[in-house]
Amino acid sequence: MEGTVEMGYRARLRVWRGDADSGELRDYEVDAEEGEVVLDLLHRLQATQCPDLAVRWNCKAGKCGSCSAEVNGRPRLTCMTRMSLFGEEETITVTPMRTFPVIKDLVCDVSYNYVKAREVPAFSPPGGLEPGEYRMHQRDVERSQEFRKCIECFLCQDTCHVIRDHSENKESFSGPRFLMRVAELEMHPLDSHEEKGGNRPEEARGDHGLGFCNITKCCTEVCPEHIGITDNALIPLKERLADQRYDPLGRLFRRKNR
Amino acid sequence: MADIESHDYDVIVIGAGGAGLRAAIEARSHGLRTAVLCKSLFGKAHTVMAEGGIAAAMGNVNSGDNWQVHFRDTMRGGKFLNNWRMAELHATEAPQRVWELETYGALFDRTADGRISQRNFGGHEYPRLAHVGDRTGLELIRTLQQKVVSLQQADHAEHGDYEAGLRVFAEFTVTDLLLDGGRVAGTVGYWRESGRFVRLRAPAVVLATGGIGKSFKVTSNSWEYTGDGHALALRAGARLINMEFVQFHPTGMVWPPSVKGILVTESVRGDGGVLRDAAGRRFMFDYIPEVFKDSYADTPDEADRWYSDPDNNRRPPELLPRDEVARAINNEVKEGRGTPHGGVYLDVASRLSAEEIMRRLPSMHHQFKELADVDITSERMEVGPTCHYVMGGVEVDPDTAASSVPGLFAAGEVAGGMHGSNRLGGNSLSDLLVFGRRAGAGAAEYIAALGGEHPEVSEAAVTDAVNSALAPFEVTDTRGQENPYSLHAELQQVMNRLVGIIRDGAEMCSALEQLAEIRQRAARLAVPEGNRQFNPGWHLALDLRNMLAVSECVASAALRRTESRGGHTRDDHPSMNPKWRGTLLGCELRDGSVEVTEHPQPPMREDLMRLFSPEELGKYFTEEELAVVRTPS
Repeated sequence: MEGTVEMGYRARLRVWRGDADSGELRDYEVDAEEGEVVLDLLHRLQATQCPDLAVRWNCKAGKCGSCSAEVNGRPRLTCMTRMSLFGEEETITVTPMRTFPVIKDLVCDVSYNYVKAREVPAFSPPGGLEPGEYRMHQRDVERSQEFRKCIECFLCQDTCHVIRDHSENKESFSGPRFLMRVAELEMHPLDSHEEKGGNRPEEARGDHGLGFCNITKCCTEVCPEHIGITDNALIPLKERLADQRYDPLGRLFRRKNR
Repeated sequence: MADIESHDYDVIVIGAGGAGLRAAIEARSHGLRTAVLCKSLFGKAHTVMAEGGIAAAMGNVNSGDNWQVHFRDTMRGGKFLNNWRMAELHATEAPQRVWELETYGALFDRTADGRISQRNFGGHEYPRLAHVGDRTGLELIRTLQQKVVSLQQADHAEHGDYEAGLRVFAEFTVTDLLLDGGRVAGTVGYWRESGRFVRLRAPAVVLATGGIGKSFKVTSNSWEYTGDGHALALRAGARLINMEFVQFHPTGMVWPPSVKGILVTESVRGDGGVLRDAAGRRFMFDYIPEVFKDSYADTPDEADRWYSDPDNNRRPPELLPRDEVARAINNEVKEGRGTPHGGVYLDVASRLSAEEIMRRLPSMHHQFKELADVDITSERMEVGPTCHYVMGGVEVDPDTAASSVPGLFAAGEVAGGMHGSNRLGGNSLSDLLVFGRRAGAGAAEYIAALGGEHPEVSEAAVTDAVNSALAPFEVTDTRGQENPYSLHAELQQVMNRLVGIIRDGAEMCSALEQLAEIRQRAARLAVPEGNRQFNPGWHLALDLRNMLAVSECVASAALRRTESRGGHTRDDHPSMNPKWRGTLLGCELRDGSVEVTEHPQPPMREDLMRLFSPEELGKYFTEEELAVVRTPS
């Protein structure tokens, strides 16, 4: 193999192995080389010790959001978690995301998220504009663009206390990722959902459980894209809702400024 | 196999990247019941990794741009080996495909007057790439994903079922295409989660499986890129073309070792970044090839003036097509002028303000900061070539994306021809949309012509496919067992070392011998541990069959083409030969072995030939071919 190995050491990993029925933490020792991330070590475990270790991953560059897990209890992308964060003697514990049912080892059933995604009414294109005629200013698209940086790693969903230990809330709560999606569409300069009788802030409350969120900002803290989920999406959505509820007349006069 | 899970569809799309999703949207909009089968979760496909942008001659930033200019750039980039009709369709339709994304909800970066902003990129004469910072692929995949969801919402409103017209099978791998008398009849595949097999019947299948990069050790590609569609097409009897042309992106990360190969977007250079050797010298001025001398600056002063005054200055040579830049970097390192980790420096820190870098290249900043402890607003990046894209793929009819196998279509990276011998940056995302849509429409047209008479799935073929996929569980004698992880690593070494960026006849002969040996050993690939439930060792054993077939195609075609052109550089045949321009190499399976045959390139239509000066054409075409433009029209 190419590459430098002189910086290498034996890392201690404790990995959750099992399936939906049962499982346990197992200890491994595996070589670590300079600059490596947790996912590199999981791959080395697969190649050298446990070929059937189930790990979900794709790009290994922090762009696809597949390799989410909990490292020492903190929700993280394993491809962006460098081993140098930890001491060489330290045992690093890797467990599947707790909020979702385990399928096998580090792979969870994240279908909850895809169900919720389908419940957010899609972008509604403006009437009277042909493709190519859309005009928007950079400052007006930037707010929604921030939310569109989301790589759907679902770490914010994983950490959100509303559902983390309360799966009974999953039915009525869509989680930060999809409340942010509502905010993104609400702030889209050309979305015409409202003109067609929709009301995104009201839907966030009624259909997606915005009221459950008490802005503890856990979601923002774990976001690998550093999106201001709480400050820029959830709080403005709550404010918009409050405006509407306490000032229903004002809403009639406050059409979106286009 | 009577108890196997079964489904009936009109169209099956294999792959859920840009091409697959656009094909599915088109098929569904023709009223066809459509299934999308994808190896990963929905929304994770490799398209997500595209960074720089999507090329479309909208003329928003420079009104001089139009489809003819884009067509010319594409043909030059591919060294005129491109299928001209595909390049024409691509250039003419790309703007509509981009504008259409806005109606799905996409939010591109804007110009001052509120239109879609466009950036410079290698080989493109004008600023042409619509973009969202350096995460354009994410915007594309998310937009298409959300369009699919919106169609599902419409189906739910009408039928009470989200999946009535369009269903996504996520984490699902296709192992075989089913045929009925040479026509497509469906597919067999398995759920990665459970290992359970599924039979899907459909008269039309669209391959949109992407590329083959995982056959190489240093690559920007994800684990999914194992050449599945290429191999499925081969086994179904289709022909692959241009397989010798593999693009090595000039700028992949080189350090630390674990991230070697991860892409550094070309936008760094498009926005002003320059390449320097270890001593800080800007070396690209030494590497401007004769055919490009007229359009690239030969001094740093002129190159720097171009950014603000592109009409009166020639372009910086850092923006040459990717093949040229990759070879230049390779040569700098070979001649001892590389960086300590075997790359060259990519410097944007001294060229743009920290604020500009953060605004234009946020994910590059993030990537280097997190993975390499490098702050690109103040430090130089170390970069080197990485296997990025395969120009070769399934030979298709340009207008309908149909392969030679009735009912089988291909779009995106898995299709061949569009990019000739080298793809320009930004032309991939537009390719996905233009030909994804055409493949969906082509499938609809094909099904309409069938008039309700559908091919039958043979039960024996389903049983064979399932048994073959389960074979690695049957290799129980531990003495002869081959481990999929080790064999994969060997394959990657062979391809990287012997069929990589610079090639040589003797080395490729050796590669073919080693590939044959690996193939023999692959028959004894075993699942080292575990059962069928989410078992990566088993998955890799199956994917390896495809990687091997594709690697043999690349090596065999590369050995046959005795010239250097685009993404195929031969040390022993260093020049470009006009006679080879008119020849395409096809790969087909004959009794399980790859057979390479030569086929004439269809001559370019005269009006398209006349878009170029006879002098320029003279650098690529034979005198006979030029006769048509030597006479005034």
